[in-house]
Amino acid sequence: MKNKPGNKKNGLLRDTIFLIAIIFLTIILLFFYPQKTEPVMSISWDYFLEMILILPAVMIIMGLFSVWMPDETIIKYLGKSSGLKGIFIALFLGMLPTGPLYVAFPIAASLIKKGARVSNIIIFLSAWACIKLPQELVEVEFLGLNFMITRLILTIIFVIIMGFSIEFILNRNNKDINETNLPFSD
Amino acid sequence: MNITAIIINLIALIGVILAFVKNKQKALKSLKVAGKTFLRILPMTLIIVIVIGLLLGFISSDQISQFIGNQSGPFGVILVGVAGALMHIPALLAFPLGSSLLDNGASITAVAAFLTTLTMIGMITLPLEIKVLGKKMALLRNGFSFIAALLIAFIMGMLL
Repeated sequence: MKNKPGNKKNGLLRDTIFLIAIIFLTIILLFFYPQKTEPVMSISWDYFLEMILILPAVMIIMGLFSVWMPDETIIKYLGKSSGLKGIFIALFLGMLPTGPLYVAFPIAASLIKKGARVSNIIIFLSAWACIKLPQELVEVEFLGLNFMITRLILTIIFVIIMGFSIEFILNRNNKDINETNLPFSD
Repeated sequence: MNITAIIINLIALIGVILAFVKNKQKALKSLKVAGKTFLRILPMTLIIVIVIGLLLGFISSDQISQFIGNQSGPFGVILVGVAGALMHIPALLAFPLGSSLLDNGASITAVAAFLTTLTMIGMITLPLEIKVLGKKMALLRNGFSFIAALLIAFIMGMLL
């Protein structure tokens, strides 16, 4: 995993520096516009409270899944499933509360190696990227049930269409997916 | 504390209890993973919180709706879609940002476009995706995702 974008420590350092810069900028801004101090502080505080009541729980749910649901299980189920069942499994496995998108790339690489369908891999990756279960709960919290459900249903539809369109294009170009480089091959 | 927050915390609590009943070591490991992830996103959480405060404190609803409101046309939507594609913040933190925009004059279409491109497309992780999936598949996925995100956003604008 040496290719992981901005490895954990660097990313944390970058975010922290960014945070300090933002705090500094805020102090300067509020120094010149002191009448804005009250609204800015109270808005930030409200959002902070709302997030701090949710985020630790979401992190725990994700932590539980990442330990109890190792990558091998996902590869095992998705590698050999096809048809309608394949679509559902790809969606379902992608939706499980696990880490960020780049965590899914090595899984996708082994799936390609195992000869899984392109459409399923695309559906899996896209579901992983944008339809995570705890995210949907947080979306309800901040944007409401209607917004979340509408976006969820539309996203599922478009993700499936995307999967098949990309598979169609790749197959028509007759370029075998197995020819692509697989840096994660063991 | 509202009902959604209570549900999320209940799920986590039940999960932790079940985990400890089943396997104490694995349960502890999960909590450790959770703690690490939480610390990892804490600075970004604080950044978002401050940005929302500044955004709403300094920019009026009129100004926000002028750019990405209901009357501002498709250009603003495409612009926030591009912004979402380029930005690299966890989706979890994007929802409060989106809701703050929505409450202050942004259209549903614009917020949906922002959230959807943000989660579906990863410009920063694209080089890695190309390495793993091959250039063609990675570019197709991200390209299609952008179009799909805009379509989802415009349909949501019509429905809601």
